[in-house]
Amino acid sequence: MAEPILRVEGMKTQFKLRAGTLKAVDGISFTLEPGKVLCIVGESGSGKSVTAQSILRLVEPPGRVVEGRVLYRDKDLLTLSEREMERIRGDRICMVFQDPMTSLNPVFTIGEQIAEGLRAHQGLNRAAARARAIELLKLVGIPNPEARCDDYPHQFSGGMRQRALIAAAIACEPDILIADEPTTALDVTIQAQILKLLADLQRRLNSAMILITHDLGVVANLADQVLVMYAGRMAEYGDVQTVFRDPKHPYTVGLMNSIIRLEEPRDAELRSIPGAPLVPINPPPGCGFRFRCPKAIERCSQEAPEPRVDRQGHAFACHVAELNGAQA
Amino acid sequence: MTAQADIPGRAPVAPDRRTAWNIRRERMRFHVRTLKLAWRTYCRDKAALIALIFLVAVALISILAPWISPHDPTENVANINAPPGSEGLLLGADVDGRDILSRLFWGGRIALLVGIGPTLAATIISLVLGLVAGYFGRWVDQIIMRLMDILFAFPLVLMAIVIAGIMEPGVPTIIIAITVALTPYIARLVRTTTMSVKQQPYVEAARAGGAGSLAILVRYILPNMIAPVIVYSTTLIGLMMVVGSGLSFLGLGVQPPDADWGTMVAEGRGVLKKAPHATIFPGLVIVLVSLSFSFIGDGLRDALDPRSRVR
Repeated sequence: MAEPILRVEGMKTQFKLRAGTLKAVDGISFTLEPGKVLCIVGESGSGKSVTAQSILRLVEPPGRVVEGRVLYRDKDLLTLSEREMERIRGDRICMVFQDPMTSLNPVFTIGEQIAEGLRAHQGLNRAAARARAIELLKLVGIPNPEARCDDYPHQFSGGMRQRALIAAAIACEPDILIADEPTTALDVTIQAQILKLLADLQRRLNSAMILITHDLGVVANLADQVLVMYAGRMAEYGDVQTVFRDPKHPYTVGLMNSIIRLEEPRDAELRSIPGAPLVPINPPPGCGFRFRCPKAIERCSQEAPEPRVDRQGHAFACHVAELNGAQA
Repeated sequence: MTAQADIPGRAPVAPDRRTAWNIRRERMRFHVRTLKLAWRTYCRDKAALIALIFLVAVALISILAPWISPHDPTENVANINAPPGSEGLLLGADVDGRDILSRLFWGGRIALLVGIGPTLAATIISLVLGLVAGYFGRWVDQIIMRLMDILFAFPLVLMAIVIAGIMEPGVPTIIIAITVALTPYIARLVRTTTMSVKQQPYVEAARAGGAGSLAILVRYILPNMIAPVIVYSTTLIGLMMVVGSGLSFLGLGVQPPDADWGTMVAEGRGVLKKAPHATIFPGLVIVLVSLSFSFIGDGLRDALDPRSRVR
């Protein structure tokens, strides 16, 4: 097992709101090895994006990372100064955002925006940065990059903008690439292309990648590891093979069952997980999923399940799965 | 280091001289092209183009007033209230028998100075204050905006009287007074637009890319929020010319017998029935110049926004 490039330990991010404290991320831990892909899955509001923002310390007040450690090459990112953090962001750890339509500055050309990071982090001069930006645009599959480099974002289509944003993100060859639902805002035919591009680049650069997604099909295809989140907590975490073959948490099972399969008859009812996700403001005691859980038992409403790790390194937080495991 | 262009990181970091020079030339071409495009977009707005030509003419006449004025603007050269065309005066004479045309030429100097000077100064001050307040928020915002609220509470005239008391009545006094009075208005606009642009995903993306606060303010927020400020400020220029005249009328600014458009309107109002031309001409000039500034503001907004540029 290689030395992990990123180790997140017991990270908690909270938002102090008038209605109470929103525990957006409540004790998440995982490790990321160089060159590996970790997928974070979960419903909207489960804390996936806040997890990503917390790693890069992009959480804005009233939100704050209140606890835990984010160890990157044995440096705790949460203790670095803002200046040191700026050197890591966009250079060693880069991010691709959800909405390419609004993630580019409308008043600068695509080329200038890619060159900006190169000049800031690698000290390239204007000319060298521009040459590199053109190269990067070519690499992410923009046709005629020499000319398109001088285009403004509004002259690019959604898919091309996401390609440009990916070019900007990989410009400095980051150790870690965080992609926060990079295909949600794109249409289906482009989604696959963008994911393929991301996976391809990640492999060539040997960067580690954290991919946040709703799409379990994507997880099965790209991930080495998967972290399932529910209401800010870890539900299940482990090797993608292990988790998909033998999901322990009823929530993971529910997510997997919700996938629409073509071979089913058309009149078969679409399956979903009943109920709505728990909003973790002053949450009731016990497991956050118990209201929607088909297998909930008495104990689930009394105490929140602690994460357990089995011998394969497969982690889960569920009383029922724990009992089953003990019986087996 | 071998150059393998298709693998990131293997790219030559410093390209050879010739390419670097080519790239610089390309960049220059790009800037020239951008400027041409902006100019063409501006020209597409016919009102803005006519306004610009008109204002350039007014500015030139005002600057050249000492050499092109037919008469001394403060000298009695004709009968009182001589109508336009009589006694060799194109626009006639005013209540003191002074040549209205010459007074218009000379008055432009003060009117333009009082219109542009304070608005420009207030805009620059407001940009700094509003950007800082809107971007950093919290206590920084509180301090700056409460200070602005205090300025809001002072009537302009009172402020001008205080400043005139400290310095002495004159053009510098009204310039300072208007600047101070105008700043809170523009600062509020800057602050609100800053706060809305700050919410844009590209600002977060910039932060994720390692940009510091100064870079974000200058490269991301400022260029994206400046358009409404430009439009607002240019509209204010015309208004401030009139306000400056009002202050002069109260004896705080331009001292008689010096010419100023606003003062001319004020002096003419007593003889509005007998000699309407004494009021109409300077009034017309004020209206046209104010309008021109507004049109120029609109044109600038379009020309500065890459999204609305013609291709």
